[in-house]
Amino acid sequence: MAFAARCSAVMGSLATAAVLSASAICTPALAQDDTGPLRMGFVTFLSGGAAGPFGIPARNAAEMMIEAINAGEVPAPYNTPGIAGRQIEPVIIDEAGGATKQVAEFRNLVQRQNVDLVVGYISSGDCLAVPPVAEELQVLTVLFDCGTPRVFEEASYKYVFRTGAHAAMDNIAAARYLLDHMPDVKTVAGINQNYAWGQDSWADFTSVMKVLHPETEITTEQFPKIFAGQYGAEISALLVSGSDAVHSSLWGSDLEAFVLQGVARGLFDESQVVLTAGEPALPRLGRQIPDGVIVGARGPHGDLAPPSELNDWFRERFIAKYGDIPVYATYKAAQALLGVKAAYEKAAEAAGGFPTTDQVIAAFEHLEFVGPSGPVTMAIGNGHQAVQENAIGMTKYDEDLGRVTLTNITRYDQWCVNPPDGVSSVEWIKSGMPGAKCE
Amino acid sequence: MIDRTVWGLFAALLVVLGAGFIAADWAQFLLVLALAKGMVVLGLLVLMRAGLVSFGQGLWYGLGCYAAGMAGNFLGVTDAFLLLALGIAASTTVAFILGFLLSRYREIFFALLNMAFSMILFGVLVKTSVLGSTDGFNVLTPTFLGYAPSEAALGDTVFLLTAVISFVVAVLIHWYLGSTMGFIGEAIRENELRVEYLGVSARRAVHIKLMIAAALSGIGGVLTAIAVGHVDPEMTYWTTSGEFVFVAILSGTGSVAAPFMGSIIFEVLRTYAYEYSPYTWQMLMGAVMLLVIIFLPGGLWSALSRSRKGEGK
Amino acid sequence: MLTTVAILVDGLVYASWLFIVAIGLTLIYGVMKILNVAHGSLYALGAYSAAWIIGIYFQSDLPPYGSFAVLILSAVVIGLIASLVIERGVLRLMYGRDEIVIVLATFAIFLILEDFVKLVWGVDPYFAYQPYGLLGRVRLFGLGFAIYDLALIGVAAVIGLLVWWGLNRTRIGKLLLAVIYDREISVAMGINVNLLFAGTFAVGAVLGALGGALTAPAISVSPGIGVEVIVLAFAVVVIGGLGSVPGVLIGALIVGICRAAAVHLLPEVELFIIYAVMSLVLALRPQGLFGRAAVRKI
Repeated sequence: MAFAARCSAVMGSLATAAVLSASAICTPALAQDDTGPLRMGFVTFLSGGAAGPFGIPARNAAEMMIEAINAGEVPAPYNTPGIAGRQIEPVIIDEAGGATKQVAEFRNLVQRQNVDLVVGYISSGDCLAVPPVAEELQVLTVLFDCGTPRVFEEASYKYVFRTGAHAAMDNIAAARYLLDHMPDVKTVAGINQNYAWGQDSWADFTSVMKVLHPETEITTEQFPKIFAGQYGAEISALLVSGSDAVHSSLWGSDLEAFVLQGVARGLFDESQVVLTAGEPALPRLGRQIPDGVIVGARGPHGDLAPPSELNDWFRERFIAKYGDIPVYATYKAAQALLGVKAAYEKAAEAAGGFPTTDQVIAAFEHLEFVGPSGPVTMAIGNGHQAVQENAIGMTKYDEDLGRVTLTNITRYDQWCVNPPDGVSSVEWIKSGMPGAKCE
Repeated sequence: MIDRTVWGLFAALLVVLGAGFIAADWAQFLLVLALAKGMVVLGLLVLMRAGLVSFGQGLWYGLGCYAAGMAGNFLGVTDAFLLLALGIAASTTVAFILGFLLSRYREIFFALLNMAFSMILFGVLVKTSVLGSTDGFNVLTPTFLGYAPSEAALGDTVFLLTAVISFVVAVLIHWYLGSTMGFIGEAIRENELRVEYLGVSARRAVHIKLMIAAALSGIGGVLTAIAVGHVDPEMTYWTTSGEFVFVAILSGTGSVAAPFMGSIIFEVLRTYAYEYSPYTWQMLMGAVMLLVIIFLPGGLWSALSRSRKGEGK
Repeated sequence: MLTTVAILVDGLVYASWLFIVAIGLTLIYGVMKILNVAHGSLYALGAYSAAWIIGIYFQSDLPPYGSFAVLILSAVVIGLIASLVIERGVLRLMYGRDEIVIVLATFAIFLILEDFVKLVWGVDPYFAYQPYGLLGRVRLFGLGFAIYDLALIGVAAVIGLLVWWGLNRTRIGKLLLAVIYDREISVAMGINVNLLFAGTFAVGAVLGALGGALTAPAISVSPGIGVEVIVLAFAVVVIGGLGSVPGVLIGALIVGICRAAAVHLLPEVELFIIYAVMSLVLALRPQGLFGRAAVRKI
């Protein structure tokens, strides 16, 4: 191979290249063939604070689903082995390290690992940084968990899809639920992490409250640093404010620490607490979280998922395999993989053979498929962004099951909590959510 | 003054260009990032020659990144050279102002005060929702003096620009370090009081070095922003600054080429550590760092020059 | 009025926590001139081992109050082990090198320990909430406070007194003060600096681990807790003056009260108030509030 020889000669002369395997660097991407396994990059947090609540559960769910899909063991309509006949071969990498790092790693996945598609990303920052590169490299990329609505509201992409609903619906549903169960709420306080997720969640929540219940008064808004862990002063400020309700989008260890400290100081007795991303913490908090806290799961996931054959199968298999209750990140990972399978197979049927990326994209746009948490429609963002219904519930410790469950579940239609296609969620909320279809 | 080092750098440029153009895209991209960050590390080298280490280079780097991103998104500027000018202007102006304070400090205090300032910038960026808070925002596709490369040619163009700028900057800094002002740095490291007795203001010299380091970091920031297409506050966080210092120690201060070499090795090492041990890559990087510190006090460059000297004997 | 009380109490509690976390850092710097980035890992190690041990402890039928003793014991044990490995195993090889190089070496140790913690305990957060709830709640001016938090103030005071007593009233302490003041002369006078270094690092490490262990019951112990702590602790010791024990006390109080005031009065600035205070102090008094200006060498 003349090319490789020339290449390694040059690399060899570069002192620093000694550590590199020159052939690995110079090998151009292999021509894709339709018979071997389908290589899938899966990017999720394996280290850092997001690994425990989201990253590792999502990886577990992905591994379990890939195994089941390859074996054809997922209930109908997914009961054919592989994806359009090809086995999935996952390449799992860590999402830690920031957006710059992830952009480089995305290139590596595509060009060095030769993956056919990438599924992943929990951090909104990564979900904003990666899509332009996905377009450049023309690789199908499916975002499974990140929340920011900006991905498809500020740009439009051909190769990028998001199978999970965006974060606006978390807070729209939470506000509606709060008003349904506490119609005379007057004062609201917030404690959210000081980064885009926390700031956006609080802004959405307060905007919705102002639209639906204009007399709402905001008493205090706390923005502790992410991973602060100590909320003494913030909890005091919330207690001093004496608010009827406290909104929080904290997650992971921050949320768990906030609950421990807040319960110990009586915050949960004095205010109705709303935790929009609280579901992953419930199995771990157990009796530490009091009954009656309003909790969301960023979609109808986990305990909020409506019963179905697929849901029962997913839960049982996950618990049997890992011994853990599947939390929302696992549902979203499974949803992404099933969405991918559905899109590829719809495209394969139309094409009469294994589809090209363009054919998969055509099939994926406006696709309707079913995940363990019910129907999902790729309805907005020009058919690239999923919507689904949302559900919110209240905590209740179940003595028989020995764990916290969610009761008083209210479901909100997908068009009750999501903006119509082409409308930015912030604008939609501010203009009074016109056209929202709620029963 | 065209000496052996300049010829060496020129040869290195040709090798890098050759390697970059035949390498796979991901390797070329890695090279761009490494060179861009190498410039920040070169700035650290200028400071370290004067005995100063900063744990806040992310401040200047981040200013460059954000200047490039904001100029595109708010002013509609996409020309890479104009962005570079803006990035340098932003970082040097701030360095000029903060320099009056920073140039009074030495040793660990200098390192930590720099860090404090970078953390303040981090705090401000995280709070600024117009700039996307922690999520940051995407940078417009650059143009080059009116030339708007196709998507396929963009990578090559950015790479060419980065490699040439790295070369020019390295030569300039080489000349600077060889000048009287450059050598004053080493005099300051050895004995500041004596420098003052010689009638030179150590503070002014440090102030200028700070601005040079800031300008270099600004260039690195702009090039990173252009190459990655996205900026976020992580670029100003102390761990980013720590990474620069890590690369500087890894490289050693023996030559202006060292930071670039060290930076390339670091990026390669990290990307393979990521791939082959996704669960313990931090441990691997830490171990490498310890080994270098213990066994190669002068950095990798010292190993290289030592072996070269050995050959001569 | 209510807000003032809240600011004072919250500020004091937070300051106590900062003090416990930062005093080990400043002690090590004062004696050894090592700014130990791995202090954050020691904190994490302390928190993890305490959370883990307490989980086991409460599965047995032992008296719940014994958990406090277990908490402290676990911190001492893990701190001693870690200090042996870090100081004797690694840092010893670098004495005499540049301060900055040693900072980087501790940064490397920090990276290694981050993954070590992950390998041993996994990424799932750990709880040790039982001791936190054990002491109950008290109302001050109508505001509920956890007694455990208030007790931290007492613990910090005890630790502060012990360190003060150890430094000023014991022979070893006086030797240490001599080393802090002038290492070269001390060596010339025949003080076994090696032994003192090992001892100091052990005490500092135990204090770091203790900080983590005492915090564990109030939080959910998860990967990455060390990163946040180390920057905060840096800020505290820099404000107070690197290496100064009274400085840590003042630094912790300033940071604690400022942060509590920011949270209550101006939540927007909470994120960078600490760095702003740090920059301000450094700008006015580079050596920190209680630091001694270094004697210039000619």
